[in-house]
Amino acid sequence: MRRIDYKLIEDLVPDGSTVLDLACGDGELLAELIAEKHVHGSGVEIDQAAVEKCIGRGLSVFHGDLDAGLADFSDQSHDVVILSLSLQQLRRPRMIVREMVRVGRLAIVSFPNFAHWIPRTQLCLGGHMPVSKDLPYQWWDTPNIHLCTIQDFRKLCREEGLCIEHELYLTAVDKDPPPRMVAPNLLARVAIFVVTRC
Amino acid sequence: MTEKKSSARKEIGDVAMGYDEDVGNAGVVRTRHATFDQPGQELALEGGGTLAPFTLAYETYGTLSERKDNAVMVFHALSGDAHVAGRHGANDKRPGWWDMMIGPGKGLDTDKYFVICANVIGGCSGSTGPSSEDPATGRPYGTDFPMITIKDMVNAQLLLLDHLGIGKLLAAVGGSMGGMQALELAISHPDRTHLCLPLATAARQPTMAIAFNEVGRQAIMADPDWEGGHYYGGKMPAKGLSVARMVGHITYLSDEAMEEKFGRRLQDIHDYTFTFSADFEVESYLRHQGLSFTNRFDANTYLYITRALDYFDLTRQHGTLVRAFEDVKARFLVMGFSSDSLHPPYQLKEIVSALRATHKHVSYYEVESHYGHDAFLLEREKMEGIIAAFLSSGARTYTPAAAAT
Repeated sequence: MRRIDYKLIEDLVPDGSTVLDLACGDGELLAELIAEKHVHGSGVEIDQAAVEKCIGRGLSVFHGDLDAGLADFSDQSHDVVILSLSLQQLRRPRMIVREMVRVGRLAIVSFPNFAHWIPRTQLCLGGHMPVSKDLPYQWWDTPNIHLCTIQDFRKLCREEGLCIEHELYLTAVDKDPPPRMVAPNLLARVAIFVVTRC
Repeated sequence: MTEKKSSARKEIGDVAMGYDEDVGNAGVVRTRHATFDQPGQELALEGGGTLAPFTLAYETYGTLSERKDNAVMVFHALSGDAHVAGRHGANDKRPGWWDMMIGPGKGLDTDKYFVICANVIGGCSGSTGPSSEDPATGRPYGTDFPMITIKDMVNAQLLLLDHLGIGKLLAAVGGSMGGMQALELAISHPDRTHLCLPLATAARQPTMAIAFNEVGRQAIMADPDWEGGHYYGGKMPAKGLSVARMVGHITYLSDEAMEEKFGRRLQDIHDYTFTFSADFEVESYLRHQGLSFTNRFDANTYLYITRALDYFDLTRQHGTLVRAFEDVKARFLVMGFSSDSLHPPYQLKEIVSALRATHKHVSYYEVESHYGHDAFLLEREKMEGIIAAFLSSGARTYTPAAAAT
């Protein structure tokens, strides 16, 4: 599957910059960023098997728990800090957003938009917790414990004193985004935010 | 230099592969000895003076590739030796100290890599140390042996690499004191290894470890049989060495591991004896460990090597830790162990942070284990895949040193 969300994130990352990818998984995005944008990249990942894959790919990875914060990373030590589709799985999402702009000059956060019309309809009309392609879990086994909407994330940025540099919207992670989107909070399945400290 | 027990280079790596029950293991190996006695092979010591001639005991596993690009050097810890894997004979009950990690298909896969391990200088398992004969007097050195450091250990082993015709290692690997040697090699000789894998170690010997070492040394030196270090030919200070080993062993375990392994269980009795005999299993275990150690280890070597550990401090040597790692070229995988109280994970993360400060290639992995410091010798499953992945990605990116030796 071609990951359009990765492609959009790549376009947002300056060539040759230092990048920290949080919850980097098996390092696919990092490897692409290194190959395409010549970044000096490293990742943070909690899962042993994923760390092993990263190391096997020759990536630089730090085995750690994001819920414990980024104490091992110093202030403004990276140009870009990325958190791709994992914000909703963290115990303390607000803390991690704060940490991202402490460690990096630019923070790129992507997340599934819970206010998309499908989950809205499932909850309002169906009367059950939304289950979809983007949110495939049942309520009792979901790792997505802190779902939010585009509106919610904007509010968080405001409260944290963060400036939103870009907002990008996708209708699917493998589909090119529409050129314009009215009412993204209703129509976007995935949002990508680029934020900095104001 | 002269080679005892082996005459030709072709013998390197000629590991006799295993007998039936040893399939998958490193097979039968033997310890070799390389003596460095030629001009230019004197070992200039960090604390002043030189050591010459000197001998290193070493073992090898696997086959050195034609391009000599698959050599992995394993550095041993305080009580280790050159016998890192395999067995010395078909009836040898005890395999090498890291046999779980070294052999065909294992983390350090001897089908792919040529693994070398040498007994450190100052050691007592075949390399020149305090129990060796001092050519000046014809008697064992004892405490006339010069003080050695981690740097000296590394420099001696570099001469062994020269002897084996290896310019640049694929990887320098070691736990605890072995990790310090791996760090020292990557820092002082950036062109001599492509990968560096320090485990359960630190960039400077922590205060707590110095303190425990001092207790061990005091136990040895308080033993009347120590005789100022010149006990060879007489009784060896076994009591003192055994207490030193007991103290050491406590630091290698964790609170949790001790509770699980021994608890408050009594040894072969149902009630307290109301004496000072070893009522508790943990006492009995420590006494046994202490005693059996005296059969294979030299008390003076224990003094010298613990001193070398205590003096290890990359910050003192380079000003700051960041500066220490400024010129390294190796890719690093730093591995910590959650319950290690001798080198807790924060000490390994310090190394990672210093490397990251100058954008070096570094990964960190923390093994979740309750085995304490000893975990790096036990947690095969949690380490093997990561180590294998690190080595194979390193093998793909290996380049020979610019100025080959």
